[in-house]
Amino acid sequence: MTTTESSTAVPQHGRYATGQAPARARDLHLTDSVRSARDDARAQGGQVGAWMPYLPASDSPYCPPGVDAAALVWAETVAPGGYTHKVLARGTRLRFDDPGGDACAHLLLFNALEPVERLNVADTQKVPWQAYPGQDHPLLSGDGRVLAVVSGDSSGRHDAFCGTTTDAWNERKYGDARPEGPSPSGRGLFLKAAAKHGLTRRDLPPSLSFFQGVRVEPDGTLTWQGSAGAGTHVELVAEMPLLVLVANVAHPLDPRPGYVVGPLRVHAWRGAPTGPGERRFTATPELHRAYLNTVDYCEARGL
Amino acid sequence: MATTRTETTPVSCPTAAGGGTVASTVPVGAVHAEGSPLDWGASLVEGKVVLDETVAPNAPWSAVVRTGHVLTIVDVGGNQSADCLLYNADDPEERYSVPDTLAWQGNAYVRTGTVLRSSEGRPLMTVVANEVDRQDTIGGACGKESNTLRYGHHVMFQHGCRENFLAEALRRGLGVRDIVSNLNWFMNVPVEADGALGIVDGMSAPGRRVAVRAETDALVMVSNCPQMNNPCNDFNPTPLRMIVVEPAPVADDSRSAHAARTAKEGA
Repeated sequence: MTTTESSTAVPQHGRYATGQAPARARDLHLTDSVRSARDDARAQGGQVGAWMPYLPASDSPYCPPGVDAAALVWAETVAPGGYTHKVLARGTRLRFDDPGGDACAHLLLFNALEPVERLNVADTQKVPWQAYPGQDHPLLSGDGRVLAVVSGDSSGRHDAFCGTTTDAWNERKYGDARPEGPSPSGRGLFLKAAAKHGLTRRDLPPSLSFFQGVRVEPDGTLTWQGSAGAGTHVELVAEMPLLVLVANVAHPLDPRPGYVVGPLRVHAWRGAPTGPGERRFTATPELHRAYLNTVDYCEARGL
Repeated sequence: MATTRTETTPVSCPTAAGGGTVASTVPVGAVHAEGSPLDWGASLVEGKVVLDETVAPNAPWSAVVRTGHVLTIVDVGGNQSADCLLYNADDPEERYSVPDTLAWQGNAYVRTGTVLRSSEGRPLMTVVANEVDRQDTIGGACGKESNTLRYGHHVMFQHGCRENFLAEALRRGLGVRDIVSNLNWFMNVPVEADGALGIVDGMSAPGRRVAVRAETDALVMVSNCPQMNNPCNDFNPTPLRMIVVEPAPVADDSRSAHAARTAKEGA
């Protein structure tokens, strides 16, 4: 098994200055005819990179513990500074893993059937009377429904105040926000992910992020808490059909002078939405009514 | 409370035009009790008045504030939440962003000096004067759907700020995609040590004001919050006064704002 780590043909993200691949790469490829170019291209298949999607998902080398690999519908390691997106069926379990302790999963959720219904961070904090997302915290839309719920959390370091980075922020902080550069902005990545589902910047509300915590001091100061360390995970249940956008970029308040972000693992597998018989369904009056609204919508649509 | 009415006997309601009345069975929102103290205030910044309007209880409002002009919002009846969204008037797809505003200043509350930033991280407006301890931008807007989560399904047909924002946005060629998390002038949303967060009794009073200066031509949209299920308007919806001035060329904003506040405290 070769990896792109050792291959000069596929420069690792950010290793070379723009347009300056080493001269040796040219010598590794015989491409002077269509046939030789095709052979050269096909010979590149089958390699394994440090960040890549795993297809079929059941072939993931990182299937989460206790999960039947055959049930996986999404398996991917997102590069530092990378993004990913997927449409998930209602009931799907979605898990983010931070293997190195430096991932930061910026997340936007939409009702896949009617994307004008989307994550509403204000309602997500206000309705549960809780600023810090954790176990059983609903990720609410502005339409009074649960898009997803946090069903597992071994990190406890998350943020719903600061959103993600903009080009303006990264240009100020790092001197660079080019999409092809070493410090892309989360919004820049969200815009590309959204575009691939026909959405534009009008469709991007404030986002939240997992794995890098922020806490509010009594005077309102936003204090950096950072990571809980390597090997934590967050698990969500998709309570509606979801369009999921993920950007893995440095948190806006990350105090490190460099742009430090680690790889992010994403897995999803078939499952059932939270049902009326489960403790979570009636855990609080607000959550109960949010679930009633969600089930009402889904039943009417035949979901 | 008007919204608890269940009969279908028409009730006399004031109309928008001409000071008339209409007999209606529609359960409209509550307005402030007769005799509530009202202080109509004045601009926080000296200058030529270019707009001076009243926003009735429960109603939406919008206007474009030109670059350099200062909008004073007067909390006429006290503790009346003015839910507020901002847009770049020339490119309304660039709009107010709660997280960008908070992350850039490193603080969860809005006070004098807070730069109200856009989804692109750019300044839309700056708070140049403020007469309450802190202003809110965490609590978001009420809406008929989210109200069902917060208070029960019996409140579904009550009016809400999201309805106001939508109605006003549609008048401006905008729509549901353009409604995002907002500011709440004169509303109080503390975050406690364990993350507990919620709308509690306000810190404002009749006549208290906030003033924001446009850093670009800004479309300002306001919903005079009709919510009758929490203390965001002290359960007594009152009017707001919106005054836009073009500051006098020689006046320094911070000095005139300070002078205005000193004058008020001295009165």
